[in-house]
Amino acid sequence: MAQEQTKPQESKQPPEQSVMQKMAIRKGVFASLMVPFLAIVTSLILGGIIIAVSSPPVLAAWRLFFQQPLEALSLTWSVVRDAYVALFVGAFGSPAQIAQSIKEWRATGETRPLLEAFRSFSESLVMSTPYIFAGLAVALGFRCNLFNIGAEGQLFVGGLAAAYVGYAIKGLPAYIHLPLALLAGILAGAIWGSIPGFLKARLGAHEVINTIMMNWISFRLTDYLLTGPMARPDGLPITPEIRPSAYLPSLFPRPMRLHWGFFLALAVAFLVYWFLWKTTLGMEIRMVGANQNAARTAGVRISLIIVVTMAISGALAGLAGANQILGLDHRMARAFSTGYGFDSIALALLGNSHPLGVVLASLLFGFLRGGAARMQSVVGIPVEIIRIIQGMVIVFVAAPAIIRGLYRLKPPKEDEALLARSPGS
Amino acid sequence: MPPLLELRGITKRFPGVLANDRIDLTLNEGEILALLGENGAGKTTLMNVLYGLYKPDEGEILVRGSKVEIHGPHDAIDLGIGMVHQHFMLVPVFTVTENVMLGVETVKAGVFLDRLAASTRISEISERFGLKVDPEALVEDLSVGVQQRVEIIKVLYRQAEILIFDEPTAVLTPQEVEEFFKVVHSLVERGKSIIFISHKLDEVLEIADKIIVLRNGKVVGSTTPDQATEQSLASMMVGREVILSVDKPPAQPGEVVLEVKNLQVLDDRKLTAVDGVSFQVRAGEVLGVAGVQGNGQTQLVEALTGLRPIEGGGISILGRDTSKASPRQIIEAGTAHVPEDRQKDGLVLSFTVAENLVLNTYYETPFARGISLQNPEIEKAAAERIKLFDVRTPGIFVPVSNLSGGNQQKVIVAREFSRLIKLLVASQPTRGLDVGSIEYIHGCIVQKRNEGCAVLLVSPELDEIMTLSDRIAVMFKGKILAILPVEEATREKLGLLMAGVQEAVA
Repeated sequence: MAQEQTKPQESKQPPEQSVMQKMAIRKGVFASLMVPFLAIVTSLILGGIIIAVSSPPVLAAWRLFFQQPLEALSLTWSVVRDAYVALFVGAFGSPAQIAQSIKEWRATGETRPLLEAFRSFSESLVMSTPYIFAGLAVALGFRCNLFNIGAEGQLFVGGLAAAYVGYAIKGLPAYIHLPLALLAGILAGAIWGSIPGFLKARLGAHEVINTIMMNWISFRLTDYLLTGPMARPDGLPITPEIRPSAYLPSLFPRPMRLHWGFFLALAVAFLVYWFLWKTTLGMEIRMVGANQNAARTAGVRISLIIVVTMAISGALAGLAGANQILGLDHRMARAFSTGYGFDSIALALLGNSHPLGVVLASLLFGFLRGGAARMQSVVGIPVEIIRIIQGMVIVFVAAPAIIRGLYRLKPPKEDEALLARSPGS
Repeated sequence: MPPLLELRGITKRFPGVLANDRIDLTLNEGEILALLGENGAGKTTLMNVLYGLYKPDEGEILVRGSKVEIHGPHDAIDLGIGMVHQHFMLVPVFTVTENVMLGVETVKAGVFLDRLAASTRISEISERFGLKVDPEALVEDLSVGVQQRVEIIKVLYRQAEILIFDEPTAVLTPQEVEEFFKVVHSLVERGKSIIFISHKLDEVLEIADKIIVLRNGKVVGSTTPDQATEQSLASMMVGREVILSVDKPPAQPGEVVLEVKNLQVLDDRKLTAVDGVSFQVRAGEVLGVAGVQGNGQTQLVEALTGLRPIEGGGISILGRDTSKASPRQIIEAGTAHVPEDRQKDGLVLSFTVAENLVLNTYYETPFARGISLQNPEIEKAAAERIKLFDVRTPGIFVPVSNLSGGNQQKVIVAREFSRLIKLLVASQPTRGLDVGSIEYIHGCIVQKRNEGCAVLLVSPELDEIMTLSDRIAVMFKGKILAILPVEEATREKLGLLMAGVQEAVA
């Protein structure tokens, strides 16, 4: 090997280049955060316009614009401002109230006002939690180029399994009962996810179709179980209450509903990160997702990886369901989930299929959800506005050219261009 | 009369790399200009600038004396610049006509495709320039040489005056290359001007009017075929004396490492691709498989490496039957595979250089302990290997897609050759590479062979086969027509065998 003569003068030594490389990475990270950030900001602005336009008093004021222009403008501003303030307070809580309650607590030791003040914030975290689990599930699938549209159904069976273990098994101490119930949810979701995985691996049947079909099966299964074998003695389509030994414990007393599920979700997010980038199996999953041909040539067993990935993805979604039952509802009813599984698909995309991105996106969606209720009750703005805002965020992130065009951002690095990959000179 | 095309001071920077450094280039009407250079020298970058795929950081482009701005391929095409890429951009399931008119469709009444008008025009072009092609044929049924003609017609259809060819002879047989040269001459006779990117020094000397050599982004030489030799060109490209032949001690073949008996393999369309092939490869020898692409070599290599099931016959490696073995088992048996399509099968482009260097060894110690990847070990090995194998990269954490083709190939070579291997299956290992890289990889292959590795080299490049092999097998339509010791093999004999003429062996 002629390595002595081969080096021309400008051969680049690794340490020198790592500075340039670090700069390029930093620039890349900044650039990749710009679009989601601007997407959110733009969506909020557009949401404000929609709020204004859908408010009868504002429309009336604008009809009289030429007589009283200032009226129209100031009314528009105040309506939108009130809506967003309500959204903020609903999501985070009122800073004034928080400050006040801290003062009171310092003075009198009364915790109740403190709990009241932080309630909104805690609710937002509670709402973020199932998003984190389900978002991780879908994101993991995406890493393997698999589209798990079945998170909702896997969530349901996870909830069913966790509920069953929660109410049916007696006499276990919490440190056994809770993990067991969680495990039940995980296994149920894993099985539910592995079926479409197996069908894809063996028969090439597309997982989009099969996961959707499995969703319907799980909804009907839930109906059946909740009106029959798993129903309460009084006949209502709800399971019995799970035993306290199976609860995911609350961190604080009522009215704060924040439970350990949130921290479990964060831990699982970290685990997924470690799994994907620091383990052999994770590398195989990513390889299969990035280039199945190269993975095959390198000896990876594609069929096995597909099944395993769908199983783990299902497990994570099942955990989302278990989380809701064990931490929040403590029993399972038919009106169990409000579309967490489907939103999580958008979430995973928003988070770029990376655990950190998923957590951030989940927090965004959770806080928006938390704020929406208050927006509706205090200012009368329907919660659907939030769905519109969420939808716009997703559209902007999925089609970054819109944001880039709007804000005159630089196009993506030229060396990402397809033709740069052609071999040769 | 101003020159047809002038590039002045073209400079293009990428993070960590100055790809083009104040390049000046002039193309006169009716001229054939050859652009030579190592991988990473900046040839394709320069042509991508000309074609509008990149925007130059400095410099200007002048067409017929007037400055022009080229913001994308559309502008380039409007200016009469057309590019025939090394990797064809054809839709296999479309006809020739559909492929040629894609993007500039002729329409009747605004919405209906007018295939007839297009195919008439294609026939005209075909006639005028001597590019025989059937407008109604499906591209996937055409041989590579004919597909290339389709690419050329595409460019002429859009009224190109300046044609840029990127490695046009990479996939052609010696006979097809001759045809191609005739086409080039006929294009020039009819007023076209040609820029030719190539690594093949002998072809460049044969066809070019002017030769420009790039090295590290700069123009280092401008010469003509009268003034240059293969040796002088190679030296300019690399910046030092280049050894064009490999010093090889005579083969000392040992035990049989690879034994193939009566192998039958089908292709994706369930047609026979490998038709009863038998041969042996011993330790310490190189068996070269020559032949034009598409005669079953791909399927043969896939069968040997476990990527394709076998219909009949047997394969054994070191005595163990591997006919039904999985790719991983074959790898673990000490086989290295350098695949013919590095980007499709050899690398994960979005992964880093470090990850690609352990693409098939990540699960072994020291790179993993159980399920846990040992990243410090992986990174250490990666740094060592890019140094040892002279891989030019800004670092090991860069996605391998950032590297030039030659360096990507070196990553694959670095990965495979760093393992303990008894059998090396190399398929077109120097496709699209520059002289320096070719020299290097050839050296690696010969060294492995000297160390006692058995090497199966599959390549459509006759020079490569003849330089490296101890014995040469020629494949034609799925059969091996002959296996000759290299001393008995001449270009003529091999060329005839590659075309199916069996009497040549006598």
